[in-house]
Amino acid sequence: MSDIDSKIPEGPLATKWTKYRSTVPLVNPSNKRNIEIIVIGSGLAGSSAAASLAEQGYRVKVFCFQDSPRRAHSIAAQGGINAAKNYQNDGDSVYRLFYDTIKGGDYRSREGNVYRLAEVSGNIIDQCVAQGVPFAREYGGLLSNRSFGGTQVQRTFYVAGQTGQQLLLGAYNALERQVGIGSVTMYSRHEMLDIVKIDGKARGIIARDLVTGKLERHFGHAVLLCSGGYGNAFYLSTNAMGSNVTAAWKAHKAGAYFANPCYTQIHPTCIPVSSGHQSKLTLMSESLRNDGRIWVSKKKDDTRKANDIPEDERDYYLERRYPAFGNLVPRDVASRAAKERCDAGHGVGASKMAVYLDFASSMKRYGTIEANKRNIHNPSAEEIDRLGKEVLKEKYGNLFDMYKQITNEDPYEVPMRIYPAVHYTMGGLWVDYNLMTNVPGLYALGEANFSDHGANRLGASALMQGLADGYFVIPYTIGVYLSNEIRTKAISTDEPAFVEAEKKVQDNIDKLMSIKGTKSVDHFHKTLGLILWNKCGMSRNETGLKEAIEEIKALREKFWSDVRIPGDANELNTELEKAGRVADFLELGELMCIDALHRNESCGGHFREEYQTEEGEAKRDDENFAYTAAWENKGNNAWDLHKENLEFKEIHISKRSYK
Amino acid sequence: MNLTLKIWRQKNKNAEGKFETYPVKDVSPDMSFLEMFDYLNEELINKGEEPIAFDSDCREGICGSCSMWINGRAHGPVPGVTTCQLHMRSFKDGETITVEPWRAKAFPVIKDLVVDRSSFDKVIAAGGFVSINTGGAQDGNTILISKDDASEAFSASMCIGCGACVAACKNSSAMLFVSSKIFHFASLPQGKVEAKTRVQNMVAKMDEEGFGDCSNTYACEAQCPKEISVEKIAKMNREYLTAKLT
Ligand SMILES: Cc1cc2nc3c(=O)[nH]c(=O)nc-3n(C[C@H](O)[C@H](O)[C@H](O)COP(=O)(O)OP(=O)(O)OC[C@H]3O[C@@H](n4cnc5c(N)ncnc54)[C@H](O)[C@@H]3O)c2cc1C
Ligand code: FES
Repeated sequence: MSDIDSKIPEGPLATKWTKYRSTVPLVNPSNKRNIEIIVIGSGLAGSSAAASLAEQGYRVKVFCFQDSPRRAHSIAAQGGINAAKNYQNDGDSVYRLFYDTIKGGDYRSREGNVYRLAEVSGNIIDQCVAQGVPFAREYGGLLSNRSFGGTQVQRTFYVAGQTGQQLLLGAYNALERQVGIGSVTMYSRHEMLDIVKIDGKARGIIARDLVTGKLERHFGHAVLLCSGGYGNAFYLSTNAMGSNVTAAWKAHKAGAYFANPCYTQIHPTCIPVSSGHQSKLTLMSESLRNDGRIWVSKKKDDTRKANDIPEDERDYYLERRYPAFGNLVPRDVASRAAKERCDAGHGVGASKMAVYLDFASSMKRYGTIEANKRNIHNPSAEEIDRLGKEVLKEKYGNLFDMYKQITNEDPYEVPMRIYPAVHYTMGGLWVDYNLMTNVPGLYALGEANFSDHGANRLGASALMQGLADGYFVIPYTIGVYLSNEIRTKAISTDEPAFVEAEKKVQDNIDKLMSIKGTKSVDHFHKTLGLILWNKCGMSRNETGLKEAIEEIKALREKFWSDVRIPGDANELNTELEKAGRVADFLELGELMCIDALHRNESCGGHFREEYQTEEGEAKRDDENFAYTAAWENKGNNAWDLHKENLEFKEIHISKRSYK
Repeated sequence: MNLTLKIWRQKNKNAEGKFETYPVKDVSPDMSFLEMFDYLNEELINKGEEPIAFDSDCREGICGSCSMWINGRAHGPVPGVTTCQLHMRSFKDGETITVEPWRAKAFPVIKDLVVDRSSFDKVIAAGGFVSINTGGAQDGNTILISKDDASEAFSASMCIGCGACVAACKNSSAMLFVSSKIFHFASLPQGKVEAKTRVQNMVAKMDEEGFGDCSNTYACEAQCPKEISVEKIAKMNREYLTAKLT
């Protein structure tokens, strides 16, 4: 039995959402004008939610730590966004997207939520097109699609390799329109540092103005956390430098459950680590796996250059192991397979911790097609290469350029070297069907919540989920709560709850500033990152996790006695900002390990070495672990586990195979 | 490599700033320019000094946060990249590198290399959008857009809003930034409905925020990390004239 209520509406799966949406209580327009909503974050989830709620008439305040809402981390998403439009006539449907997402998540997500996501996916594309997002088009003027990992249909919409940027700019423009009208007040360079609760309900926040260092109190009838994922707990990841868990973590400490923290996604195609000075890792979009073939040498410790290794001495290990999906297996599967080859001594490049992603055969294939299109008969090999290169350039130009910038190697000439890197976090704040956490009035949207991706997220579905939450879910579901709040007048921020919360935040800052130790914040962050990467990364085991927990505890103690933060708290102080974030990662890191340790099975991104098949595939335990682990914070780094059982009524839960 | 850095230090908006010189040793040519700054900052912190404040987030050339004026150029010597994508292999061993914040009236310095670019958001809020609410949009495929029009629109909408164009311009003009948004919408049917008011409102706001006039020196195009072309400005001028005349 679950001891928490996900509030999934009754009735057949296919009509749950439409029926619910048509019957949720509404707030009338004149009341909306008196209701204030706080939105933390201006990424896809935050901007889309804020704009849509402001359009409805609510008064909205938006906070982000960057200097402009347009710079939220969503801007960096590359490959695309899924939608069940079936424009390619290849058998796609809402049901198929739903099915692929549940299976891709290794049967660890909720049927009700995922079905709704698939249902609204088409509306997102329509909305973005209407906003002027310049999606890729076919010659006839129709929208173009590509395929992404874990699926056999083409349902991914894209704008070159800059889909996130263009979608975010669409949402940002909509947000700025509301700022211009006066319905949204924007607080850039502000960081939320605590939630204010009154009578058990979320009623506001404490934020720090990052330029002046001043703490501010803000009231809201509801608070929406759209603050992104926690991948930077690992220090090196594909996330932006500032991405952090602080907003979600403060909410967690204020009572909100944190769900499935051990479900982290390691993305298979990133530029490998090259040196100790590296500050972040760069993703090479999954869309590249459409046209790139992954291989290593069949020979161990092969020192030959890629182009010198003959075809029959190459091991296209994904095509070999998973003939049905080949290079398009889901991320968790592809990442583990790369690790397996490297650990077995077949890694490539100087570090030997990399595999090849090779575009040579696509270049030939596209070149030949192009030559035919242009009526060039008997083209020379050079001509085919040139034409093929043009096609690749149009599809992935910016990615190839980025690769060359970083590695000084030209992927049109030699295969890319890639290796898995931390990329996305499926875990996050626990939310019900309305996207509300267990704290009334406190919501979580986008990557900050845990809701739709189970134990592994399929490519191109984070953008879909962020925008679904913001444009098409929260505008309806927030009415369930707010319709009962129309009599609540704005609460004065002089109330004791606000004063106390501010004092708590101030005390924490004072404490950090007073340590005056000897080690930089980055030192602690890097150390934590290594512990997590080695013991709670791509594969985990009991001994390692137990060690990691002890190491993190010790590191946390060290941090609180030896971190050095120069400068003052009453000015722009980037070290102080980082210190607060790392302090929270040092607590979250422990919970990630605790969660990974308790889950005695392998599923999705969580691979426990003790639980694998003879062929090295993940072995789930549906009898004992078909639940969402929602952790309640009991203070002093102690947690209680709550379980939400997952029921599969529509889909037959089965072994996940891509062979 | 060993380098000498001359960096603009300024405590806050109101304080006076000045250049400070920092020798940096053992820099790897594979470091990005910002990783070299991380490295220097780590050293400063270890010595108990205040690190140099600068903006950065994505570190892959897309968020537009990083903004350094390096050796007299926005984002440094290599065309078509942002500061975060610039690598130390583009510099010579022993070189002296001068780093300043963007200089423009509309971008006041906040601290060291960090400037306030919120004037850009205000220009967008004045008209950089299509006025539609969420919901009710027709099926995406009912609006046919040629491949060329979509690419044209994208060639402008790829602007990252970093402000290099303003920093590069001797008049601190924001014409390239503003015209990119105008051009993006002008290339698409969705943008046509409000074309007139958009250009008028955005240009008025741009002037109000204190950006200068364009005198066609094209320094903006030369230093734009996304290499956005000044054709966009010409198109905006045409849109503006049409709006005024009709
Ligand atoms: C390199 C890369 C490529 C990707 N490509 C794809 C792709 O092709 N397709 C896909 O579907 N997904 C992709 N993803 C995943 C996807 O981009 C993210 O999951 C998604 O954009 C997250 O959006 P969000 O709105 O939840 O959060 P974010 O965009 O991370 O926004 C978080 C916001 O919260 C604010 N914030 C955080 N904490 C605070 C605080 N304490 N106070 C105030 N503000 C705060 C930030 O300022 C920011 O505005 C990619 C991710 C990466 C890293
Ligand atoms: S840090 Fe994002 S563009 Fe440089």
